[in-house]
Amino acid sequence: MQFTMRRLFGADNNLLQLALLTLMIFALMTALAPDKFLRPYNLLSITYVAPELGLLSIAMMVTMLSGGIDLSVIGIANLSGILAGIFYHADAGARGPELTAMAPLSVLGGILIALATGVLGGAINGVLIARLRITPILATIGSGQIFTGAALVLTGGPAIVGYPDGWGFIGNGAVFGIAMPLLVFLLLAGFVALLLTRTAFGINLALIGTNPKAAVFAGLRLVRTVFFSYVLSGTLASVAGVILSGRTNAAKSDYGVSYLLQAVLIAVLGGSNPAGGRGSVAGIIMALLALMLLSSGMQLLRFSNFMVDLVWGAFLLASIALNALRTRVR
Amino acid sequence: MRLSVLRRSETVIALVLLAAMLLIGLINPAFWNLANLFSLARSNVVIGIMALGVLTVMISGGIDVSFPAFAVAAMYLTVRAMVAWDWQGVAGPFVMATAIGLALGLINAAFVYGLRMIPLIVTLGTGSLVRGFLLGVVGTSQVNIDRMPKSLIAFGSTELTSLSDPAGGHFALSAMLLIYLAMALLVHFLLTHTMLGRGIYALGSDGEAARRVGFDRRLTIFVVYALAGALAGFAGLLHGAMIWLANPRDFNGLELDVIAAVVLGGASIFGGRGSVLGTMLGVFMLVMVSNSLIIMHIATTWQRVVVGFIVIIATAATSWRDRRRIA
Repeated sequence: MQFTMRRLFGADNNLLQLALLTLMIFALMTALAPDKFLRPYNLLSITYVAPELGLLSIAMMVTMLSGGIDLSVIGIANLSGILAGIFYHADAGARGPELTAMAPLSVLGGILIALATGVLGGAINGVLIARLRITPILATIGSGQIFTGAALVLTGGPAIVGYPDGWGFIGNGAVFGIAMPLLVFLLLAGFVALLLTRTAFGINLALIGTNPKAAVFAGLRLVRTVFFSYVLSGTLASVAGVILSGRTNAAKSDYGVSYLLQAVLIAVLGGSNPAGGRGSVAGIIMALLALMLLSSGMQLLRFSNFMVDLVWGAFLLASIALNALRTRVR
Repeated sequence: MRLSVLRRSETVIALVLLAAMLLIGLINPAFWNLANLFSLARSNVVIGIMALGVLTVMISGGIDVSFPAFAVAAMYLTVRAMVAWDWQGVAGPFVMATAIGLALGLINAAFVYGLRMIPLIVTLGTGSLVRGFLLGVVGTSQVNIDRMPKSLIAFGSTELTSLSDPAGGHFALSAMLLIYLAMALLVHFLLTHTMLGRGIYALGSDGEAARRVGFDRRLTIFVVYALAGALAGFAGLLHGAMIWLANPRDFNGLELDVIAAVVLGGASIFGGRGSVLGTMLGVFMLVMVSNSLIIMHIATTWQRVVVGFIVIIATAATSWRDRRRIA
């Protein structure tokens, strides 16, 4: 398969539209705040902030492929960071050199705890949705409450502050000048892209989303495939939790609540169909880029965070309207 | 057939509710204090009125997560307008709040009907937009009791009965309960005694069949989302009047609680099922459980875990019920 720009964009009109949008936002922000927006510092900081949201958006997209949704990603992300933090604090105390300079093996233990939280949380969602046939919206609203609630019960409310340096490196470090979160994101994004386009699991998932009944009659193992899609989404969410708490050196039960809407928005804007069957990693990355440029530009222009929420909501509605109009013309 | 099934699921909820009340009463007899029961009843009003709107949307097969944003927008805009114009009324402000909610609900309907987009995504977008507008453009400062219109405060603290406990404290049954009951009766009448109501059930059960029988899909969708918006707007201002202040950050995350209550009340998220009585019982159950944690000597941090379990158990039960019916 020849990989040319034309082929890429020709295959998916939505990507071209997104690329244009990204360029327009970039040009607009450059024109409005040329001295601030183009500074390397600004663009560099995006490579640290964007990956956690990107991972949550990919998690959202994976569940949308089968016609579901995962509203518990934030709960899983926070719980992962908090459980690892509790492990570290139990192991080496709440502060001091013993915590910051923890042995790599112990740091790895915390990372495994965080990832296990994601796998387990995703598996719970998978059982509720695939096995017990609970509607994804309600199942993940409920489980999200339980994950967030468990985080609240464990911490009692305040944030867990202080992580080992090794953990912080995942959120703040750089390898050859490239942000560590970005590397993690690109690695996982590539992995998920391969999984969705080159394996039976990914193709089955999209087929199930296109027509569940036909998929069952065709002999696809619906329960198993949907189950694993939620495990994947939970795991991606826990990685986002690791990056988030590594970057901020803290974890709290209500961090990143606004990420939920943003992840849904990026997934939809990136061409995922919430009714199932369509969605790609490339679309997510493009939509993520567009929206990160927009919100960083707006912050530089001193708009409040609430205004950013307003614009994101408007973007979601506008993208829905645009998609609807485009399909109507066809 | 359907009626008897519905009646049965309401009986089940009522029995569960009764068992929960007995259990809480056993753990701490203070639960049965009249003062506690009155305050529980009072806590039902605002959530209950919003739940009536969500119920209607759910019966039609949709979902609405934007109503808390609409409610807070209607409340805050109305109260700010009253303060700015030195406007001391009751009926007028409530009409204004309801109209704001209704107008916003119509936007939801336009997107859901006109662009055939999934209601969850649409209402996530409109909710975020309205909240962003309110906090980013209108303001973030809360209107405190000293500037809150006197007429609203007086209205919100109207009492049906006024009693004193032996210790000399004063407690009362809020008259706002009557408003809640009136709204519930109205929605019940709409759903069960009008052609429009039958259309809402029909659309939720089978949209294609409803269309072929001749129900107007556009009218039904617009009525459903406009009603949810209007009820939310009304409930929002009522909330302000009852707590004597207007905080533009209120109702954050309330959508989960209300949807949980409606599902708990036996409504199906796939549409076509649900009743006002069931929803009122579901609301009472949720409010009672989350308000009684302290009475049961459980830390309030557990509240979200409890609500989460209620949602999952209720939805698992409904999906089990629906599957058995299909089989």
